[in-house]
Amino acid sequence: MNAPFSRRAFLKSTGALVVALGAPEAGFAQVAGAAGLAGRVLDPALVDAYLALHPDGSVTIYCGKVDLGTGLRIAIPQMAAEELGIGLEKIRLIEGDTALTPDQGSTAGSTGVPRGGVQIRQAAATAREALMRLGAERLGISLGEVEAKQGEVRPKQGGAGIGFGDLIGDRQFALKLDPKAPLRNPDDYILVGKPLRRPDLPAKVFGTHPYIHNLRVDGMLHGRTVRPPAVEARLVSVDESSIAHIPGAKVVRIENFLGVVADDEWDAVRASRALKADWEMRDSLVGNEAVRQSMRAGPFESDETLMKKGDAPSVLAAAGDRLRAEFYWPVQTHGSMGPSCAVADVRDGKATIWTASQATHRFRFAFAHFLGLPDEAVRLIYVDGAGCYGMNGHDDAAADAALMSRAVGRPVRVQWMREDEHRFDPKGPPQLLALEGALGDDGKIAAWRTQMWIPKATASLPNVPLLGPQAAGAKQPLGLSTGLISQNASPPYAVQNVEVLAHWLKDAPLRPSNIRAPGKIANIFAVESFTDELAVKAREDSLAFRLASLQDPRGIEVLERAAALIAWQPRPSPGPGGIGRGLAYVHYKDSENYVAIAMEAEVDRETGVIRVRRVACAHDCGLMVNPDGVKAQVEGNILQTLSRSLFEEIKFDRRGVTSADWASYPILTFPDVPELLIDLVQRPHEPPLGAGEAASAPVAAALANAVHDACGVRLRTVPFTRDRVRAALAGEGKSG
Amino acid sequence: MSYTLTVNGRERRVESGDPDQPLLYVLRNALGFTGPKFGCGLGQCGACTVIADGAPIRSCQLPISATKGMKITTIEGLGTAEKPHPVQAAFIAEAAAQCGYCTNGMVMTSAALIAQNPKPSLDEIKQALAGNLCRCGTHDRVLRAVLRATGGQKK
Repeated sequence: MNAPFSRRAFLKSTGALVVALGAPEAGFAQVAGAAGLAGRVLDPALVDAYLALHPDGSVTIYCGKVDLGTGLRIAIPQMAAEELGIGLEKIRLIEGDTALTPDQGSTAGSTGVPRGGVQIRQAAATAREALMRLGAERLGISLGEVEAKQGEVRPKQGGAGIGFGDLIGDRQFALKLDPKAPLRNPDDYILVGKPLRRPDLPAKVFGTHPYIHNLRVDGMLHGRTVRPPAVEARLVSVDESSIAHIPGAKVVRIENFLGVVADDEWDAVRASRALKADWEMRDSLVGNEAVRQSMRAGPFESDETLMKKGDAPSVLAAAGDRLRAEFYWPVQTHGSMGPSCAVADVRDGKATIWTASQATHRFRFAFAHFLGLPDEAVRLIYVDGAGCYGMNGHDDAAADAALMSRAVGRPVRVQWMREDEHRFDPKGPPQLLALEGALGDDGKIAAWRTQMWIPKATASLPNVPLLGPQAAGAKQPLGLSTGLISQNASPPYAVQNVEVLAHWLKDAPLRPSNIRAPGKIANIFAVESFTDELAVKAREDSLAFRLASLQDPRGIEVLERAAALIAWQPRPSPGPGGIGRGLAYVHYKDSENYVAIAMEAEVDRETGVIRVRRVACAHDCGLMVNPDGVKAQVEGNILQTLSRSLFEEIKFDRRGVTSADWASYPILTFPDVPELLIDLVQRPHEPPLGAGEAASAPVAAALANAVHDACGVRLRTVPFTRDRVRAALAGEGKSG
Repeated sequence: MSYTLTVNGRERRVESGDPDQPLLYVLRNALGFTGPKFGCGLGQCGACTVIADGAPIRSCQLPISATKGMKITTIEGLGTAEKPHPVQAAFIAEAAAQCGYCTNGMVMTSAALIAQNPKPSLDEIKQALAGNLCRCGTHDRVLRAVLRATGGQKK
């Protein structure tokens, strides 16, 4: 057992970003930079990895997952405080610091609460059991006679209790996380299930929140990366004299990696613009216009049958009039409002990286590898960035900062410019789907076949390859990372004959990464649009058509509740004109949330503009730890995905991305914002499923179905730009 | 060169080697007002918004040499936890931020709007905020917050 040590003093000395829930504002503790920190237990199998009690009765929660503006910063403390039996004001939370928190996996896939939070809840339950044993012993009564409430263990019968701090002091629990430690009965919840306020909100509204962009450390230089004018261009020469007039500006060149540093940030920006460099251009890309054809052409990694039920090919072949349709989702950017930023201090055989990464633990090994340092010499400290919705440029910016810091021997802060983010963040990959379906004599779907053309994620690739190290010639594992993009490609209804086939592509047109609800948005766009096409063919109301083939009561409930929100009237589509309505449903990943979206939209036949009037969403994610947090995520999923569906496509030529700003890559603006009607289903006795992604999945399909209902035109290519709508209207009845 | 400008009610002198240095960099680095954010540097997103002589402006587009005589208010000068501006109080009440990176611009543009138009309609608010981008999708809450700050209500 380690010698006892004071965690409080330790935290003060380490420079961790600590969010104290009791304090109005969180600030940066200044830098210490020690990489390997003695005393912290990081083994995810141990209780001490997740929480520490202090003599004053306060508790520190160490969370490997991070709050990306998503509300984890309140939800996790709610779960921990509830299970321990202590007030929320006693909890402090530390997120994503590789030297302080256990590796709970990256903050992705809507796993913050269902995996991260649930793990911490179990650690807290284990700790509570231990505290109750200690308390019972001290009180001289049996374990069954005590309870843990309000930060103390006390006799159930009443009478004085003993505070947690007194029971454990500053000692560690030295206990394995017990997966069987009993959890509190949800009927007795005091904190979980309440829409409690996020602690970071006031500082965000007063302009004092400590973003990574605001972090300054002693001796720090400002860096800017000078990215090549063409993807994979080779750096031939650099004219350092071209920035000689800018005070303190220096070039950092490592093979094809090019950057500048300066004492002043604006000088670094000026230098990056003034720097003359000669690049050997490459025309290595296919260009956005050719993506769709290139996906059909390959080259392919493999074909894979993801689902086979009954005999879809035979039934389809025998069907008199089967339907076929093709759907396309383009390359999109994460589109963070703030360009990626990081600060790195790489000196004396160790590295400290302050980063807004969603995956500090995972990237720690990548940084150690390309910096040539042992893992334990590298520490990544999470600091809030702008929302990222998947892996944007944060990790690349951090790698840029690390390379430059190592080169100049001082801490370097790198902030990307807008064009860096739009051009070089790893992109959401394109998806092409071809669907076939046929109705049976009963008017229900008799057979269904989905074929998908999608880039194949490289097996056991540790992380998305980083741009800086690649340019600098550092070895790193190469390959594609996409997230789980093949899920939800089959109809979520009772269909006897279903086949789902993936044509896995060897490559992607631009470096891919996970983008919110990876793949599921496009897949449900196709599946639920096509379900509507079959309903139209059956001359059936699209809600009734779905309900007739749906058995899961939780699915039925969200569909009925979403439809009720817009007073759905049963009739076949298209409607009489004017305002159209459409709906779509997902059982997320076929195993998680149940979400239905019903939407009203109208189409201006002259301009091709789609106006979304109302969006209704019924959402069931099991236990909601914080219903207002869930609501915020649902709202964000809806509006962000409306934006992606209506407006967004990354344009690129043979050399690189050409839509490098908000004018050439427009997103949703306030005048486009519809009325939102949200109905959240609370299920206290079900596991919590998270809310960061699922509600985005049905948005595009519900919109396409509403557009079809409004004007009889079927849109199958995203984005639904006015030109595309006008073209579809001109060819009335054909696809857009 | 040295420049004198009034920020949050106080006259400040700053040095800049470049007359074209945008006000945003001066505010964030020389003066330590990190409330305004760098979002695009192109005047397209609104994250850098400050109020200059009563009007919301993009501080990423205003050269330091053009700020002479201007009275600039940043979000730090708008209100504090102890004395919040009504818009800030309403943003907190409506929990109208996720990542919060765009929030500076939302708050400042809304504050400038209601200084001019104390009872804006929902459409007027949408128009006033049309140049402020948000990626998290907090728009509905922002609209509710501005209506709350003006005593209106979103149905």
